[in-house]
Amino acid sequence: MKFVGTDKYVSTEDLRLAVNAAITLEKPLLVKGEPGTGKTMLAEEVAASLGMKLLQWHVKSTTKAQQGLYEYDAVSRLRDSQLGDEKVHDISNYIVKGKLWEAFDAGERVVLLIDEIDKADIEFPNDLLQELDRMEFFVYELNKTIKAKQRPVVIITSNNEKELPDAFLRRCFFHYISFPDKDTMTSIIDVHFSGLKKELLKSSLDVFFGLRELPGLKKKPTTSELLDWIKLLVAEDIDPALLREADTRKTIPPLAGALLKNEQDVQLFERLAFMARRDR
Amino acid sequence: MLVDFFYKIRAYQVPVTIREFLDLLGAMKAQVIYGSIDDFYSLARITLVKDEKHFDKFDRAFADYFKGVQSLDELMGEVPDEWLKKLAEKNLSDEEKAMIESLGGFEKLMETLKERLEEQKKRHQGGSKWVGTAGTSPFGAYGYNPEGVRIGQHESRHRRAVKVWDKREFKNFDDEVEIGTRNMKVALRRLRKFARTGLAEELDLDDTIKSTAANAGYLDIKMRPEKHNRVKVIMFFDVGGSMDDHIRVVEELFSAARSEFKHLEYFYFHNCLYESVWKDNRRRFGERMSTYEVLQTFPSDYKLIFVGDATMSPYEITYPGGSVEHWNEEAGAVWLQCALETYNKAIWLNPQPERMWHYHQSIEIVNQVMEKRMFPLTLEGITRGIQALT
Repeated sequence: MKFVGTDKYVSTEDLRLAVNAAITLEKPLLVKGEPGTGKTMLAEEVAASLGMKLLQWHVKSTTKAQQGLYEYDAVSRLRDSQLGDEKVHDISNYIVKGKLWEAFDAGERVVLLIDEIDKADIEFPNDLLQELDRMEFFVYELNKTIKAKQRPVVIITSNNEKELPDAFLRRCFFHYISFPDKDTMTSIIDVHFSGLKKELLKSSLDVFFGLRELPGLKKKPTTSELLDWIKLLVAEDIDPALLREADTRKTIPPLAGALLKNEQDVQLFERLAFMARRDR
Repeated sequence: MLVDFFYKIRAYQVPVTIREFLDLLGAMKAQVIYGSIDDFYSLARITLVKDEKHFDKFDRAFADYFKGVQSLDELMGEVPDEWLKKLAEKNLSDEEKAMIESLGGFEKLMETLKERLEEQKKRHQGGSKWVGTAGTSPFGAYGYNPEGVRIGQHESRHRRAVKVWDKREFKNFDDEVEIGTRNMKVALRRLRKFARTGLAEELDLDDTIKSTAANAGYLDIKMRPEKHNRVKVIMFFDVGGSMDDHIRVVEELFSAARSEFKHLEYFYFHNCLYESVWKDNRRRFGERMSTYEVLQTFPSDYKLIFVGDATMSPYEITYPGGSVEHWNEEAGAVWLQCALETYNKAIWLNPQPERMWHYHQSIEIVNQVMEKRMFPLTLEGITRGIQALT
């Protein structure tokens, strides 16, 4: 079983190695990187390429670790007992399985995505140590241990909003997705817009990387913004020659709104462009 | 052999543990990779390094262990011909190679390099003869001479770099990232005051039993809001002057406090608290707020934290007009006292090491005004301080 990338997702060699190491050694893989570098996509593509089912657990600020294991719905049981429902005698009717349980219980190996783990409370990762390490947990209500039939491939993403505890990090493999360089970016765009005119691709990439190098931007444009922008360029049928003229330091590229999402950035950019023109 | 590698990485202060090292060995045993050094580099990084801020240290340790890059001093006297030759072959085009041949071939080039290295005693940059970086001499890194031999900073033109770790792509992650805020957050967490506010979404078991009994056994479910941390904190930061030495640790404290306390108010002052404070350091002379107003605005259930080194002239605290910046009608001590009367839970965090405190008279005075509630700005000090606040 080996992840080799898919025709929809461009992966670098060390990313593939990281995924394969995590699969082989059955360890969770922690993926970090700038927004828009395809961290969440990775899990989907791993699942697709290995032909496994994907379970997604999206973490929010209110998410508790217990919710990933199971929840005991005491209130419905109480209500059923009042109504004399037969179900009430079996407590397992009121245990709601969480994503981890589902993944442990699945007949075949699955991919489990724990998305944006840094959004949750600072202690959240610590509460999952044992569960991710041994791939088992104890259900008090049923008085039994749930053990993974097949250890799922666990992929965890983080946006670096909070630092993760060391004990948790020790149990994971770690990969940092760097921002793609021009070559990789070309192949990413190729995947999304096949048959894009060579010159349009080249000049738009030049503009894009020029923009990213602009000092002082609050939010640098990311891959997903580049893809949106190219979509617009194609839709508007912009002449690549126009882009080539648009040296980012001198003029504002067409449809720049798709790339710069922060009004302060747009202002900064306009001011720089103005100054560059004046100096000419 | 790899045990040495493990210790080398630890020597470069990358936090690796035995468990992670065993993981790496396990991965090697499971044959995730086959022999290639590049793959080994990636695999070792995946298993041993868990934060991108350590990547640079790891790269240096890796380079050091595998002797891919040696500092020029170490090269003195002995030039690994084979290695340089190989590297050059990878870098040069056929034409360039032909040119080198015409110049006398590799052996000639290497000989000259040896001579130069012997002549040269120190690290050198620029210029056109000596070995170093960014010059036009045939030897050194990032040069323009087509037959140049790259030493050290090999820059890859094909994604498959011979020495990825030598590029040190992650250099600036190393000091950019704030370190240690997690520990501070954990220390600040002890300051908790739970209260139930907001949407009722938790089952109140006691109340439910009570009202069910009252309801003749028919279920009457009672819900209540979940507990939230309702602690409110007001912080005053000393800025400028002698505080410049402590900016980093204060920034860490600030960012930890910001993310830990939902109700956080903060103001700045200089040296000692006087009749006005400010919120924005760029406009400290324009937009000032009266301290009196601040004390009136935020009720007494706020916890008060001063952050400052309290290192100044004693006059600045004890005499009217003692401030170095302006004429103050009331002495600083009076304002401190005022604040302490408004908020009875208060501490002073001092970035100066505790053992230095009695060398400064002003620190003693402030500590006295604070009724001995001054704590050093260290993890242990914060923990003690938070205990004093609860």
